[in-house]
Amino acid sequence: MKSNLVIIACFVAGIAAARLDMVPAWLLGHNVPVVILSALIFQVGIGLGASDDLRNIRQSFGAGMLLLPVATIAGTLLFSAAAVFLLSDRSLADCLALGSGFGYYSLSSVMIADIKGAAPDAAELATIALLANIIREMSALFGASLFARWGGRYAPISVAGINSMDVCLPTIVREAEGKDVVPLAVTHGMALEVSVPILIGFFCGAA
Amino acid sequence: MFRILFILITGIAVGLATRRTPAAKAAERGIRFTVPALLFVFGAAVGADDKLIDNLGRYGWQAAIVALLGIAGSIVAARAARRIIGKGGGR
Repeated sequence: MKSNLVIIACFVAGIAAARLDMVPAWLLGHNVPVVILSALIFQVGIGLGASDDLRNIRQSFGAGMLLLPVATIAGTLLFSAAAVFLLSDRSLADCLALGSGFGYYSLSSVMIADIKGAAPDAAELATIALLANIIREMSALFGASLFARWGGRYAPISVAGINSMDVCLPTIVREAEGKDVVPLAVTHGMALEVSVPILIGFFCGAA
Repeated sequence: MFRILFILITGIAVGLATRRTPAAKAAERGIRFTVPALLFVFGAAVGADDKLIDNLGRYGWQAAIVALLGIAGSIVAARAARRIIGKGGGR
């Protein structure tokens, strides 16, 4: 929760600094976010590769463990596609790219801004992605009990998206009433973490 | 997209090769600084865009719609997955 507040504060500080003309021009160019984003993705990869979770999951792995992340991706994208009827100024590919963050607001928003680059709506979409994925993570943190009642013990994992392996894991274990869901929740988070750059790259490229 | 995927796979390979070394731990800890830096730069890009700032409320509504649809889709997906996995148990 504290780290979420720090990240939101940094985003707000960036807006404030730009509004007050305190940001140097080079920082607003295209290269700086691309370099930092590349560093972040590299670090995420190192984290995945070096994680003990990866080894534990390899040992207890079953095909059934991939079912939930696949279901989360399918369900989220299917419902996100319906946004095209509610958001008249967004294309289907844009709606699917927005839904493909699975709570990973930092990576999804900056990736959309990066890949769509010169498109006039790039910053708009990136901002919507940031807000939508923050809302998803906060809902997963505070609404887990409700989601478990509506969708069963796997629903809090599915709603948490990539956060099922870290930020939301304690809430997920509490709502599932058993630690047996931990390997599933961690596999789910890791599978979605890998899928976010692939899906956003695909949908932003298709737009 | 391929650039991102290449960087991700390279990172996983480096992570596997440097498991339990201080270098891997330092790289993981670096995320704590990279994410806020990225969000600050992103915030600056948003703040420098007058049109975006003027429409921030509208984008907030659009974000809420996208988030709610994603959550609803996930709940439906989790119900379906629980039936297939079988041993889930309901509440």
